[in-house]
Amino acid sequence: MSNRRKNLNWLNVYAVVYMVFLYAPVVLLPIFAFNSATIIAFPLSGFTTEWFGVLWTTQALHDAVWNSMLVSVSTAVISTVLGLFAARAVARYTFPFQRGIMGLVMLPLVLPEIIIAVALLIVLIQLGLSLSLWTVVLGHVLVCTPFSIAVLSSAFRGLDPSMEEASFDLGETHWGTFRRVTFPLVMPGVISSLLITFTISLDEFIIAFFLTGTEVTLPVYIWSQMRFPTKLPSIMALGTILLALTVALLILAEFFRRRSATRRGLDASTTEGLI
Amino acid sequence: MLDTEKPHARTIIELDGVTKNFGAVQALKGITANIREGEFFSLLGPSGCGKTTLLRMIAGFDDPTTGTITIDNKAMAGIAANHRPTNMVFQSYAIFPHLSVADNVGYGLKKRRLPKAEYKREVEQALEMVDLGGYGPRAAHTLSGGQRQRVALARALIMKPKVVLLDEPLSALDKKLRDQMQLELRQLQRSVGITFILVTHDQEEALIMSDRIAVMFDGQIEQLATPEELYRRPVNQRVASFIGVMNFLEARATKSSETHVSLDVQALGKIDIPRAGLPDGMKPEEIHRVGVRPEMMTILIDGAPSAERIVEGEVVETSYYGDMTYYSVRLNGLEAPVTISMRNTAGRAVLRPGETARVGFATDSIIVFR
Ligand SMILES: Nc1ncnc2c1ncn2[C@@H]1O[C@H](COP(=O)(O)OP(=O)(O)OP(=O)(O)O)[C@@H](O)[C@H]1O
Ligand SMILES: [Mg+2]
Repeated sequence: MSNRRKNLNWLNVYAVVYMVFLYAPVVLLPIFAFNSATIIAFPLSGFTTEWFGVLWTTQALHDAVWNSMLVSVSTAVISTVLGLFAARAVARYTFPFQRGIMGLVMLPLVLPEIIIAVALLIVLIQLGLSLSLWTVVLGHVLVCTPFSIAVLSSAFRGLDPSMEEASFDLGETHWGTFRRVTFPLVMPGVISSLLITFTISLDEFIIAFFLTGTEVTLPVYIWSQMRFPTKLPSIMALGTILLALTVALLILAEFFRRRSATRRGLDASTTEGLI
Repeated sequence: MLDTEKPHARTIIELDGVTKNFGAVQALKGITANIREGEFFSLLGPSGCGKTTLLRMIAGFDDPTTGTITIDNKAMAGIAANHRPTNMVFQSYAIFPHLSVADNVGYGLKKRRLPKAEYKREVEQALEMVDLGGYGPRAAHTLSGGQRQRVALARALIMKPKVVLLDEPLSALDKKLRDQMQLELRQLQRSVGITFILVTHDQEEALIMSDRIAVMFDGQIEQLATPEELYRRPVNQRVASFIGVMNFLEARATKSSETHVSLDVQALGKIDIPRAGLPDGMKPEEIHRVGVRPEMMTILIDGAPSAERIVEGEVVETSYYGDMTYYSVRLNGLEAPVTISMRNTAGRAVLRPGETARVGFATDSIIVFR
């Protein structure tokens, strides 16, 4: 009994220490973003919103934000479309070497990004292509598509195959069936996939750093500013905004994932126990 | 002969030597049958015998490995499900959960680009046909099982198909609702006059609803007949034991003439049956076994009218069902007990286990099969 309590105590301590290490740096971001001193150190000297004002007037930052938006939105759309087709194929068909092919597609999920970045860089240079935001999109799509497939596969798994057959049976074409039945039913999964891939692409650094040309994305811009100590507080402010945005997006993604799950539960209940 | 039979109606579906292989498994081993226009046709058989496989090939979701399917005089090879004059009611109903009831029912009509008013009228008519008038605006996922089934039916019927295909449409419903839907489905089929093909493993359901039944085992049709014929003259032991309850008794032919065959039946003794009572092409010396239905035997009580033939036995078990009593009786000279059902008419005593029963039967109730 006492032994068990002791274990529990150590577990609690471990959990608390873990959380502190994980989130303390994150909490520091907003604290220093509103601190009036230019030096990142305690004690705090006073409250200010000046650093947010600086962001408002920095043209290079605006360019970087615009570039990032372009890259992230493109990545989200492309990888979700690719993920949609892949997930549909895996859910409905069995084809030769299915496991092997899917393994290759999902591989970037566990591959170190630096390897993907360097490998792509070499290939692009060999092909004689010039680096630009689009080469960044290419790299990001490679990394994001597996996430998209994972999210959408679970949406497709919950879809009763006779839904599509029923539509086809009622005279609809394959494409019409996809548009009128399949897509609406996996819609929550699609939205969730868009949000997740957008978020991943938005804060991805290594691939963006290696594969971009003269135009930089936001994380690369932030990195470049770190060299100037006077810029640090405004980086903190920027980090705070990004943090809030990311959390909001992930909450939204989770909301849609759950909605998709309930819809799936509803579908599952109609076929339960019939077979 | 039943008046529901339509022997002179024209053929709407022709199955000719249809087989289907799934890898090494042969799910269908040569199905040949004609389904008549306007009839209620059932595919009946145990789980895994290939009923769904056959239905899906008629619908166009799968192609036969060999053989041909002809619908309305048109060969169906190469014609996909969305171009066939058939519509399916799925076992899971496959109601689109993101659409309203009206949009579900009108789903297939949308392609036909009808004027708005006409479209609305057709949908409302279809809903009324299945007793769901006014349900149009409801969200589909709020419906009960029975209502889903009706929506699935309306969604198929609104297309005015030549054939409606139903894959175990009642298996998801509870017993009471199922009994009610059996009758409704039958009435609906009669009133619209469209050919229905029903897949079921429930022999009672098939008997109640169908004009004709194809009994399937292991990918083959063993017998295709009216419910009455199936029950009265099953062609073999498998069909006989699948449809209703049947008592099997060893038998052999001792003598045969042009018109009659004399049988020596275990426990029942010598019985003469007309030669026409044998299945087509069966020789008297091939007879090994005969059958008697439980209701074709009577437990005689004192003072009751006598029977053509009487044998004696001991009651082993009594199952009282209210309106009926089922007896297990060990007839003299027989190891395994036979089942006898008796209607509990006024004043009829129920025998207890251990009592001696006098069992009466008529010789023409003996069924011979392969
Ligand atoms: N897609 C498939 N791949 C492989 N085998 C299949 C496939 N579909 C059916 N089978 C096999 O074919 C046989 C017949 O299956 P089918 O579903 O037609 O049976 P059924 O009569 O409808 O049975 P149930 O009453 O259980 O629905 C079974 O042995 C089944 O395992
Ligand atoms: Mg089946």
